[in-house]
Amino acid sequence: MRPLPFYFALTTRGRAVPHRTFFAFILPSIVAMLLFIALPIVSVIVQSFYIEHQQVLVEVENCQPFGGCTKTVRVDAAATAEIKASDPLGRFNGLGTYLNRSHLAVDEIGVIFASNTGLGDIVARIYNLPFYKALAFTLAFCAIVTPLAMLLGFAIALAVDALPRLTKGPVIFFSLLPMIITPLIGSLILYWMINPQGILGATLQQIFHDPNLSLRGSPALTWLTLLFYGVWSNAPFSFVVFYAGLQTVPGDTLESAMIDGASRWERIRYVIIPHLAPLATFVALVQVMDNFRVFEPIVGFSAEANATSLSWLVYNDLSGDSQLFGSAGATSVLTIIGIIILLTPVLLRTWREFNQKVV
Amino acid sequence: MSSSVAAKRPLSLNLIIGGFIVLWLILAAFPFIWTVWGSFKVQADFFSRQSWWNAIFGPYTVQQTGAPFTGDGYYGAWVTRDFWRAVGNTAIVTVSVTVISLTLGTLGGYALARSGQRYAFWILIIALVFRAMPHITLVSGYLLPFFQLNIWGVLPTSIIVLVAINQPFTLWMLHSFFLSIPKDLDESAMVDGCSRFEAFRRVIIPVMWPGVVTTGLFSFLLAYNDFATTSMLLSADNQTMVPKISSFLGSVQEAGNVMYAVAAVVSATVPLFILVLFFQRQIVSGLTAGAVKG
Amino acid sequence: MKNMLRLSASAGVLLLTAGTAFADCGIAAGSVRILSNDFDALRLVNKTAEECASGTVTVTSNPTAEHKNLQVPALSISPAEYTVAVVANNSIVPLLNDDLIRPLDDLVAQYGQDLMPNQLIKIDGKVMAIAFMGNSQHLFYRKDILDKAGIAEPKSYEDILVAAKAIKDAGLMEYPLAASDKPGWDLAAEFVNMYLGTGGEFFTPGSAALAIDNPDGMKTLEIMKAMTAYMDPDYLTFDASGIQAEYEAGNVAIMNEWGSIAGAILDDEGAADGVVANTVLAAAPTVNGGTIPAVALWWDGFAIAKNISDEDAAASFQAMVHAISPATVAANPDVATWLVKGFEPGPAAVGVIATANAGARAYPMQPYMGLLHTALSSELAEFMAGSESAEQALADVKAAYETAAKEGGFL
Repeated sequence: MRPLPFYFALTTRGRAVPHRTFFAFILPSIVAMLLFIALPIVSVIVQSFYIEHQQVLVEVENCQPFGGCTKTVRVDAAATAEIKASDPLGRFNGLGTYLNRSHLAVDEIGVIFASNTGLGDIVARIYNLPFYKALAFTLAFCAIVTPLAMLLGFAIALAVDALPRLTKGPVIFFSLLPMIITPLIGSLILYWMINPQGILGATLQQIFHDPNLSLRGSPALTWLTLLFYGVWSNAPFSFVVFYAGLQTVPGDTLESAMIDGASRWERIRYVIIPHLAPLATFVALVQVMDNFRVFEPIVGFSAEANATSLSWLVYNDLSGDSQLFGSAGATSVLTIIGIIILLTPVLLRTWREFNQKVV
Repeated sequence: MSSSVAAKRPLSLNLIIGGFIVLWLILAAFPFIWTVWGSFKVQADFFSRQSWWNAIFGPYTVQQTGAPFTGDGYYGAWVTRDFWRAVGNTAIVTVSVTVISLTLGTLGGYALARSGQRYAFWILIIALVFRAMPHITLVSGYLLPFFQLNIWGVLPTSIIVLVAINQPFTLWMLHSFFLSIPKDLDESAMVDGCSRFEAFRRVIIPVMWPGVVTTGLFSFLLAYNDFATTSMLLSADNQTMVPKISSFLGSVQEAGNVMYAVAAVVSATVPLFILVLFFQRQIVSGLTAGAVKG
Repeated sequence: MKNMLRLSASAGVLLLTAGTAFADCGIAAGSVRILSNDFDALRLVNKTAEECASGTVTVTSNPTAEHKNLQVPALSISPAEYTVAVVANNSIVPLLNDDLIRPLDDLVAQYGQDLMPNQLIKIDGKVMAIAFMGNSQHLFYRKDILDKAGIAEPKSYEDILVAAKAIKDAGLMEYPLAASDKPGWDLAAEFVNMYLGTGGEFFTPGSAALAIDNPDGMKTLEIMKAMTAYMDPDYLTFDASGIQAEYEAGNVAIMNEWGSIAGAILDDEGAADGVVANTVLAAAPTVNGGTIPAVALWWDGFAIAKNISDEDAAASFQAMVHAISPATVAANPDVATWLVKGFEPGPAAVGVIATANAGARAYPMQPYMGLLHTALSSELAEFMAGSESAEQALADVKAAYETAAKEGGFL
């Protein structure tokens, strides 16, 4: 049996929607996105090219409830405000923030390549730079969790679809639980379950006969735990989309395939998978993007020592006592660029498909 | 897939499917069931550092409350800390976000699916780039303008922001679903003299529900579970459930009351259960809708 | 449960006094809008301030964990979204940097009769905030375990290391020590504590140049790492509530924990047998032969926004003074370590008081201290995990700090 092309490509190429009708339909969406996403993005990008003015510091006497009075430095607010008033954005720094040690660390990498004791040294020293440490985990998480979660979701969708109708409702509900419990609490409870006195941690110690086994102690086990959590919490999304997609598989195509003598596996391979392909593209896009912004599990599992991500760097810049908006902006822009690079293959495919349809 | 297919499945395959589902359900549901059970214990038992058996038998629960189960967490969350107020706010936010997102999204997604112009593709790509922005950066940029416009802290602002943040996802998902509805359907209606909007209303709306309901589920969950936006853009009185639950947890220097949070999370899952049961029926009823295009 | 009882008790007080509350504050008119962190003691303060509401006075409060992120944008508009910002040593700094709070000297003279001189946070001779609560990390130890090991109360980190070895060698506990070493705010705070105890300065006086790259810094890291030999292998995931749980479960003999959590530990809920009865609270230990406790002292207080009318400022000041009045404190002595006239410290407050009396230093208020804290929070993890040398860790902190300080315009 020959593979079936996407059936929407088989439909007649009808009239394209006129421009005016098109924009009438889509205008509200566009306005909302321009106002609340595009504008802030532009402002973040602009901000990331600037750094603060030189602060005017003065030494003053400072008295607190403890320890009496001490000489300490403070910002001369009036003088600094004067400088700010003349140029509210700050000092133009070009790509300086992007290239500094907290981001791409161009100078540091140059030094590392200029003087090193071998490949291992290079890797270790680059990994010591915060951006690359975060990037390593982010990429690993994205590359491992996305396909595994999609496969698992697809398998669950096929299996649930084969269940008797009565059991489907509760099974779907329980399958969605990993996704619908707020990660804030979900990871807190899991964190407690995997601690050595918790039910999972203690059971694992028994299984491996190792009373010192701790899922949170070593970098490797921490990564493994986070990846497992990632697959677990992402699979329900793929499952729901694929399950909904399965409901629209044309029954007569399947039946004719059966009459042709296609095996169960062939029916999945040549009818169901092509039918779900557009949905799979969509799921892959969304999952790559979400996994590239992985953040909650790192905080929830207290894994900062062994795993950080780009979103965590942004959070760290913004949540400290002194907020670094320029630095957070630069990391955010780098995140977007990273996502665009990762999505390019999928986008190129979509572009080709799209061109096939274009009249 | 039709039931005639299932009827012909060999027993061994049915066993494999059944075993796989049971295994997955244990994985998926066990932490939650553990949480439901634990929500009736005291913190020292559920989060025990001595042994997890404490969470089963509850020695400290007995010691502190005189019974093996206690409703203290629920009482604390709902009565002492006014969790019901957060529930009300969440209901308003999630329903509004879902309805508005879907209304805008179905119109936009339909237009994108039927346009055939290159700019439609580019709109989709740009929407995707918009979605790549980490939310926390977006939100910290909103603060100053919202304070200046005096619209910070109220529910409508958060609703609009959530709709906007959610719009790229909604557009993409609905666009994918509309692609799978054959063009013949609406175009034959237009040949019969309908305008584009009439064709959309009479022909497309009746068959689009599986896709719309699925997308709606995700819009709903996004608004329901959102923390980044609602914690920064809502004042304490208007807080939704997730920031409220987070406030139960305490901060670096201050002990919180984790059991309030656990009880609140369990309570917050009940409406989702009802929602998913309803959603599941819609999906199955989509079977017949899907058959139309046959 | 205890928190709940406390809250309902204070709510009862509120109900009883609500009828007479209007006259108490003596505010003619104005709008009071409070932004604060979200925990029991501050909720009590907010509630008490709300008693001042009357026909002409409105009082609203927004207790939220995001207060640090909200305060600068909220106070920089005119009129400010909030008239009162409840702040601490660290969170007042951004408000000072941007000149968003007003001097309070005239208000103190007019309405501050009940305030004690050490409650006034003075910067450059001007009162910028009123402190009302103190807090610090300090020593919690198990007297029974130390007695069994034949050890006296440890006074220094060196004593603690000796005690830990004795306890471990005697087979009393496998991991006798605990500290909040979770990378992030907690780990950085541990470094700041220990470094304060060495007597070193974080910055070259009068400038933003970092000065921790010295023997004091090395000693700090050395002790921090030496402690981990006696800690649960998961020590890098423990924050303050994590070590509280370990301690209450009876797994830990000695730890440095927040005074604000002492009440929750000393209540008879959730602790293993014998933990509460044998717990002693003492001043934080010294380090490296120093004389002052190796810990930062913290205060919580309130500041009044600059961009509001004088009438609102006066109303806000009066409402807050009412909220932290000696009467409020006398009715709620166990909620916090109050810095208010007439406060009688309860058993949970003795550790903080002892630490303050031993001369501990306050958490530094330099405008760039927050940048250093953030640099410490992310760059010390590898060293603590044992995969990096102390020199490298300090060099990383310095590089991260300098990058941030350049961006912030301080270097």
